[in-house]
Amino acid sequence: MPLITYRDALNQALREEMERDPDVFLMGEEVGVYQGAYKVSRGLLEAFGERRVLDTPIAELGFAGIGVGAAMVGLRPVIEFMTWNFALLAIDEVINSAAKMLYMSGGQIPIPIVFRGPGGAALQLGAQHSQAFESYYAHVPGLKVVAPATPYDAKGLLKTAIRDDNPVVFLEGEMLYNTKGEVPDGEYTVPLGQADVKRAGDDVTIICHSKTVAPALRAAEQLVEQLQVSAEVVDLRSIRPLDVETILASVRKTNRCVVVEEGWPFCGVGAQVVHEIQHAAFDDLDAPIERITGADVPMPYNKHLERAAKPGPEHVIAAVKRVAYLD
Amino acid sequence: MAQSATVTKLDPARQEFYHRLLRQMLLVRRFEEKAGEAYATGKVGGFCHLYIGQEAVAVGTIAALRDDDYVFTAYREHAHALVRGMSARACMAELFGKATGSSKGKGGSMHLFDAGRNFLGGHGIVGSHLPLAAGAGFATKYRGADQITACYFGEAAANIGAFHETLNMAALWTLPVVFICENNRYGMGTALERASAVYHIADRACAHEMDSETVDGMDVLAMYDAMQRAIQRGRESKLPTLLEARTYRYMGHSMADPIHGHYRTKEELEEQKTKDPIAGLRHRLRDDGLLEDAEFEAMDKHVHEEVEDAVAFADESPDPDPSELFTDVYKA
Amino acid sequence: MATKVVMEALSPTMEEGRLVKWLKQEGDPVDAGDVLAEVETDKAVMELPARGDGVLRKVLVPAGSTVPVGQLVAVIGAAGEDISALVKDGAGPPPPAVAKPAAPARPAPAAMAVAPSSPSLPPAPVAAATGRVRASPLARRIARERGVDLTVVRGSGPGGRIIKRDLERAASGAAVPALSVPSAGYEDVPLTQIRKTIARRLAESLGPVPHFFLTVEIDMERAWDAREALNALGEEPRISFNDIIVKVVAQALQQHRECNAWWQGDAIRYFHDVHLGMAVAVDQGLITPVIRYANQKSLRQIARETADLSQRARDRKLKPEEYTGSTFSVSNLGMLGIHEFTAVINPPEAGIVAVGAITRQPVVDGGAVTVRRRMRLTMSCDHRVIDGATGARFLQTLKRMLENPLAMVW
Repeated sequence: MPLITYRDALNQALREEMERDPDVFLMGEEVGVYQGAYKVSRGLLEAFGERRVLDTPIAELGFAGIGVGAAMVGLRPVIEFMTWNFALLAIDEVINSAAKMLYMSGGQIPIPIVFRGPGGAALQLGAQHSQAFESYYAHVPGLKVVAPATPYDAKGLLKTAIRDDNPVVFLEGEMLYNTKGEVPDGEYTVPLGQADVKRAGDDVTIICHSKTVAPALRAAEQLVEQLQVSAEVVDLRSIRPLDVETILASVRKTNRCVVVEEGWPFCGVGAQVVHEIQHAAFDDLDAPIERITGADVPMPYNKHLERAAKPGPEHVIAAVKRVAYLD
Repeated sequence: MAQSATVTKLDPARQEFYHRLLRQMLLVRRFEEKAGEAYATGKVGGFCHLYIGQEAVAVGTIAALRDDDYVFTAYREHAHALVRGMSARACMAELFGKATGSSKGKGGSMHLFDAGRNFLGGHGIVGSHLPLAAGAGFATKYRGADQITACYFGEAAANIGAFHETLNMAALWTLPVVFICENNRYGMGTALERASAVYHIADRACAHEMDSETVDGMDVLAMYDAMQRAIQRGRESKLPTLLEARTYRYMGHSMADPIHGHYRTKEELEEQKTKDPIAGLRHRLRDDGLLEDAEFEAMDKHVHEEVEDAVAFADESPDPDPSELFTDVYKA
Repeated sequence: MATKVVMEALSPTMEEGRLVKWLKQEGDPVDAGDVLAEVETDKAVMELPARGDGVLRKVLVPAGSTVPVGQLVAVIGAAGEDISALVKDGAGPPPPAVAKPAAPARPAPAAMAVAPSSPSLPPAPVAAATGRVRASPLARRIARERGVDLTVVRGSGPGGRIIKRDLERAASGAAVPALSVPSAGYEDVPLTQIRKTIARRLAESLGPVPHFFLTVEIDMERAWDAREALNALGEEPRISFNDIIVKVVAQALQQHRECNAWWQGDAIRYFHDVHLGMAVAVDQGLITPVIRYANQKSLRQIARETADLSQRARDRKLKPEEYTGSTFSVSNLGMLGIHEFTAVINPPEAGIVAVGAITRQPVVDGGAVTVRRRMRLTMSCDHRVIDGATGARFLQTLKRMLENPLAMVW
């Protein structure tokens, strides 16, 4: 099976969906001539032309709204935000227009749009370029929120997101674009709202998504080698809708849980996951659920401080020890 | 920046057309009066923004549109909805929050929609629908079609970021959108000159090399003619236009806001009413022998009945079923 | 001079009383000796007398409340007297006139009842507990399912939290493995005051399960003949005495549901069906396979099952659901020549019957001495669930059934 990068997986998804459906177009800053700020859209302008790959001025609110308007009359836009940090400027269109249109119109006007781009921290980009935005959008009824961790999931989920008739917030990661993974040739999709057990285990459930999946898997390896603890790693893949069934099945099996996320702790995605577990699997818990999150601070510039602010395998291992009473 | 002059001579061959315009303005006027009454008696909740005094703008411009053109407006929208062909019943029922309303009671006064008539809302955030309208224009061009998108907004919206971003992209990408600024001189309580460095809204078009016109917004025929010119520009050359309609609202910004007082004087209001668009057309038609008083009375009576019927319908309609709370969040 | 009315210790063991009904209302005149209220104690419903004259000025506790001994429940005083100080004062020790001599003779809780430091709180539970038990939700569930009393488990989690591995350790030390709860067919009856008291008192003196023992001697002649006749029919499998005992015990338990029960701590679980555990000796120990729905099975079925289960027990091939979930147990050492013995109850069951060997004994029968086959059977009962008379009646039925096999047919 071919081993390709996360970036190329997204590129393939865009290409395939644009070929499949003439109503799909891509719009964003530097997506065309520049080949994409992170090269996700490399070659698309050449393949599909200016009509379908649009370079925009720096006007997030404006072009996000244009995307929503185009979706209102039946096109299927993919709007790229260079990073989700800049999408704050457009959040009015994402939430007040895209998310709410179907409801406000009494079911008349669906918005089949995908907003995509990299979110969360990279390396030393500083406070304004490093935030994880899952919570902001997952909070909103009417939106779907997706955060793939692997090339396989990235391609399959983007294809599904584009075909979905609802507005989808698609969160990628600059630090993920270069990672490689097996992606089959041929047509496949990954459903929204379905988590994936990336590693099966019996002793503890580690729930994670996006950039925290790799550290969780590394932690799982160390856990079995050093402590004979067998960890089950559940990759959420979709934040909204959340695959509560898979989460609960795992926790009922292992009786203990660590939830990992890159974002800030207060009202983060993990808070929702923890609620679902304690509510439905209360009697299956042998320990309180542990949460590992990004540090509750604006992201610092210094390399070491930044590293300390991000969740790593060592945090996951320490949390696993706590829930397994091994500390 | 062309300035439109009032049409000087009425054409008898178009009597029916003029009557239609008059009737539509009357319908808007009577509907809005009833809506205000209903709000004051608690049947309409939340916000209710009335168009009374501005009828010529919506009626004159929408008269120039085709059925397959798109209309976007903000929240002072009952007029645009009615003129676009939505029934008074569906609109009043929506204001009353009933299941028979155009959005099944889930939108309210600010969120009337009719996808079938290409009436695309109904938006509550100032300026946010301008990019949406540009998006519809974009889609038209994408498809190689020739629809026009009409986008209505108030003069205060001309100061928000979305306005500038949208006009830039509409001009840059040559989108077939007519931006109609309904300049009624006041935001909620802030006169335009206190909010804008540039008073003449139409002047802003030059910042984006866009065509523009300032039009007498109390003159329905002037609005119609200016709109026709803008539409032609859009359909043939795919060029956007900014029309500034100088108009006036008689009521407060919304039913919850004062009609006059701190921010404008009663004298000014009375003075503006002498330029009433309905009276204006009516008298011109009568003077040119194209409308009898009795005909006008009958027309007004008929409109009253239509509006009363809409209120009765809305009164008698049921509330949405509680299960509707959870429908239409996602499309399956 | 105002008189405090307090909840009195109306029985030697009483620690709290339920004020069932006020017989006087505020404002009523009261003479010393009048009955003020009815109080349900741990033993009976008693009268609370007025200990002074005057008017019932203030009733502090509504009917239906449960109040610890010593707490102020009302004040008697003169019509215009200022009683605010008394009402604020709250409960004090009972006036000397009502101090019961039983106080020093009672076990530890008495001290709390007589000199309350926090009068509004009921006395803390006595048995082992130092307060609320800390346990993870999972541990609580496991404990519930196995009928394990958390107050006797040591927790190794933070703050002494009992966690799953603590229960596993406790289980591996105990003779009884994890139980599976029979899924349907029972009702829980919450404990009354009397039962609570009995339970507590006996647990204090006899350890976690207060055993007592009842022995009965059974004439087995007719049972012997019945068995011979059955086996003469030649059908397989052959019926053993153990099979007969299992069958009869199950039938008798149907008539004495009070013995077919589990102690659950705050309730007693009475089962509708009988799942009988049969103690089987295996290498290094003992295991108790369960005949499910023994009350519904024929003798032949029982014989088949016991043979199969016993063999598999010895071969260590039993599944957990096959040796857990019994509602009552039987232990038989007759084949090893034991005449009589006492068995230990398998908690949370309430009883077990220990069967001895059938031996020929001289018996006085109608004035003459004859030799008859006799068997001694000893029942161990959990006194929290089964009282002497209850157990005795069960044994009477058992004896009657064994001695009259034909009565079970028609």
